[in-house]
Amino acid sequence: MTALTAPARPEEDASLRPVPWRRMAWVTWRQHRITLAGVAVFLGALAVCLWKVGLGLHQAYAAAVACHPVSSPGCDNLQSRFSGMDDFLANGYNLLAVPALIGAFTGAPVLARELETGTFRYAWTQGFGRWRWTLAKLVPLAVAVTAAAGAFSVLLSWYYQPYFAARNAALSLPELSSLGDGLFDLRGIVFATWALAAFAIGALAGMLIRRVVPAIAATLAAYTGLAVAAALYLRQHYLTPLVTSNLAFNKTPGSAWILSQWWTKGGTTVSQSTMNHVITPMFYRTFPQVHRSAPKGTAVHVQKGQTLLDVLHYLARHGYTEWTRYQPASRLWPFQWIEGGWLLALSVLLIAATVWLVRRRAA
Amino acid sequence: MNVIETSGLGKRYGSTWALRECSLAIPAGHVAALVGPNGAGKSTLLNLAVGLAAPSAGGVSVLGGRPAGSPAALDGIAFVAQDTPLYKNLSVADMLHLTRNLNRRFDQHYAQTRLAELSIPLKRKAGKLSGGQQAQLALTLALARRPQLLLLDEPVAMLDPIARHDFMATVLTAMADDGVSVVLSSHVLAELERVADYLVLVSRGRVQVAGELDDLLASHRMLTGPAADAGRYAGRAVVHVSCGEAQAHLLVRASADDPVPPGWEAHPVGLEELALAYLREPGTAALPGPARGRTLKLETGEPSEVRK
Repeated sequence: MTALTAPARPEEDASLRPVPWRRMAWVTWRQHRITLAGVAVFLGALAVCLWKVGLGLHQAYAAAVACHPVSSPGCDNLQSRFSGMDDFLANGYNLLAVPALIGAFTGAPVLARELETGTFRYAWTQGFGRWRWTLAKLVPLAVAVTAAAGAFSVLLSWYYQPYFAARNAALSLPELSSLGDGLFDLRGIVFATWALAAFAIGALAGMLIRRVVPAIAATLAAYTGLAVAAALYLRQHYLTPLVTSNLAFNKTPGSAWILSQWWTKGGTTVSQSTMNHVITPMFYRTFPQVHRSAPKGTAVHVQKGQTLLDVLHYLARHGYTEWTRYQPASRLWPFQWIEGGWLLALSVLLIAATVWLVRRRAA
Repeated sequence: MNVIETSGLGKRYGSTWALRECSLAIPAGHVAALVGPNGAGKSTLLNLAVGLAAPSAGGVSVLGGRPAGSPAALDGIAFVAQDTPLYKNLSVADMLHLTRNLNRRFDQHYAQTRLAELSIPLKRKAGKLSGGQQAQLALTLALARRPQLLLLDEPVAMLDPIARHDFMATVLTAMADDGVSVVLSSHVLAELERVADYLVLVSRGRVQVAGELDDLLASHRMLTGPAADAGRYAGRAVVHVSCGEAQAHLLVRASADDPVPPGWEAHPVGLEELALAYLREPGTAALPGPARGRTLKLETGEPSEVRK
């Protein structure tokens, strides 16, 4: 074997300058470009589907809105055509899985794969230093995932636009609350921050669990728990809810997020079962076309809400007051900033904890 | 300068000590062999030295006092871990590029020339290389960093004899040309005999022997004599006794000048015999310890040697 003469080692300088950060850019890109491409393909395919369905939805909406006179049978047709289109993806719960999936599949393997295959012994003994290596991987990937999710949520915002238009109630078109579960977290900044949180949970889970597949599973489980807790318990408390009596009389728009409703009579709360005894006979008197024998859940079409108001007026005349706790739709952006803010803070904390664990880790 | 220096170093996993009360100083300019049975604590010691593990007790510094795992330490150390982990889906060229980006120094010319000599194609995925080629690639990446200290954890355990020979040849060439100090762990004793000039023997989490191989070999003899007489040496500087029907073999601490009892024959020992004798007697507490050379010499009645 030929002996290679090696050039002399450069003198050790006392103040050791660390390897520049930008050198890690190539490393991170080279090792994670396939994952990032996977995220792009996944979101791209989903975006094409949404775009096609969304175009149809927007056309149907435009046709329904433009129709005149509003109560003509032709317009009724157009209105129900738009109303009937919301079964595909309109229910946003399916799309809530998107940030969880892209976050978990990019975040969890970053450290778990190194630990599982043993390559951390290579990566963490190079001159770059292991906590800097971790930071230089997690931060650009987190930014990329967040940006991809943010771009995707712009499309989602456009897709759901017709459902939040102010004129919908007047046109008997569905009007949804922009704060409601499954819609609030698809628009604005929150969708992207949920993806970021999933990534950060994944990174930490990968470091703790050290194996890719269990780390992804744990990430999805933890994410689901957090998302459910946020939707059911946290979100309604971001700002003190408003309380109003006889909401329907006040014509509060359907876009309000109603948290709870209850009845009082003479200053005391009336239980729901008592109210049912009062309301049910009254209801059947007002709507004779609905038979008691009709199967549960049969839809009742209430024209323009007029007759339902009759019921409410009847109850009000007899001393009943309906109270409603709700969050007005105008709070969409404050809520977005609050939720986006704490998710961002949580993600930063999780990533910092991951870096700290790598730094002090014992093999 | 000591390339690795430990004082009272210990590492505990749960309630088990993988390494304990390890005090040792390996001077620069050697190929030091870290020998011991599986699970003796060799890998633990190396992991502590590169900062992959944090000590439970005591301390470890490298390259003349740099804290293990610090940027300054990692800059001067190249570590080839057990089973030579590489990114299997990266090409050889990408592995070179990766290592260059992760270090202040990287000798691309050296790496490429070396890989060409070994006929390892740059375009092949690291995972598609043979075991020997993967080991050579990992070693080349480590050496191209121009380290002052090369740490190898069981580098040849998985290799066939030819790959083993080639690997060690590369290590020795680097040692000769570049003056890099080497510490390698292994339980393949026969391979070490050719390359090592410094021996650290680890057993059951403790350092049993440490010293320059020449000193150690010069201060140990194998005595062969009648089995009936074997008891005469008990309690003296006997490391290990193996008795046959008629003859007993005693590994004792004694120099070539020491008188041999009548009826006995003295033979010089090799690394393998020496290591085996100590490993078979982990409880002998024949602990040269950190001042290894001196203790050995004192027991054999020689003046202590002053190391430069």
